Amino acid sequence: MAKIIVVTSGKGGVGKTTTSASISTGLARRGHKTVVIDFDVGLRNLDLIMNCERRVVYDFVNVIQGEATLGQALIKDKRIETLYILPASQTREKEAMTPEGVERVIEELSKTFDYIICDSPAGIEHGALMALYHADEAVVVTNPEVSSVRDSDRILGILQSKSKRAEKGLEPVREHLLLTRYNPDRVERGEMLSVEDVKDILSIPLLGVIPESQVVLNSSNQGLPVILETESDAGQAYDDAVARLVGEDRPFRFLTKEKKGIFSRMFKG
Amino acid sequence: MSFMDYFKPKGKNTASVAKERLQIIVAHERGKNGQPDYLPKLQQELLDVIRKYVQIDDDMLQVDVDRSDDCSVLEMNVTLPEAKA
Repeated sequence: MAKIIVVTSGKGGVGKTTTSASISTGLARRGHKTVVIDFDVGLRNLDLIMNCERRVVYDFVNVIQGEATLGQALIKDKRIETLYILPASQTREKEAMTPEGVERVIEELSKTFDYIICDSPAGIEHGALMALYHADEAVVVTNPEVSSVRDSDRILGILQSKSKRAEKGLEPVREHLLLTRYNPDRVERGEMLSVEDVKDILSIPLLGVIPESQVVLNSSNQGLPVILETESDAGQAYDDAVARLVGEDRPFRFLTKEKKGIFSRMFKG
Repeated sequence: MSFMDYFKPKGKNTASVAKERLQIIVAHERGKNGQPDYLPKLQQELLDVIRKYVQIDDDMLQVDVDRSDDCSVLEMNVTLPEAKA
């Protein structure tokens, strides 16, 4: 049985796809057979972030509608042996992603994969509900900014009422907070909500803190999941988050401002 | 804090403003979560009925639904204005 993890946020543009790409890559790199599914019908982008946009032939909706088999639609990653991508449809209506169809595909994937990562679209509509319905765990991607935190709280409420686990009265979805675009410098100056602030408000366990970084844009430009930029702070922060997800204990890094030399400390501050 | 900071104008701590605003709105919205859809309308109609007899403000009526395992309780609290002597 696969473990199903939804990457969600409510708000758009906070880093769901970036996170889905890195978490699935990270899990696969550890030897787990992993598939990452793009649920954003009509606005597919995971393929670009994973650098397989030119290899898409069939998509998730084709499989749901019985126009292609899973074997035909799954794209095998070129970098990591145990990683597969199931792209979203770019042309269909969102409603083509039927609850029964999604269930059938997830059940079939469950037989052969260790992890199924569901990359949710923004919002709380059909696509987002489909993405979170089957989840065992949820990674709630949040920026330290008021609208993102509020939307995260909203999506937590939906996980607790509309997921399969909630509907069937099973053990609740395990929730994780992933704080992205964190800028310790601005936090120190009182211009940005701190990790503790966001934890206080959302009161769910912290999975990771990804510092705001130039590397994220650079890697998406090239279709390289950030976690593979192993020298970068954002890449290492994602690696820590994946380690915690599989139960390792890792101290949190990149939460404080970089130490400066004595000269710049006197004159810049 | 660096030496030069003493000469800078103090910036406003907007993060604490953000936190305070979020705590309030999130608590408010969580309270509404899972409440039946008809509650706001019920509350309005109850207000209208009460106002036929006593003038009360909007915030003097509270209507909540409490759910436990096997039953739901509709709880209504009306604060009446102080009686004039």
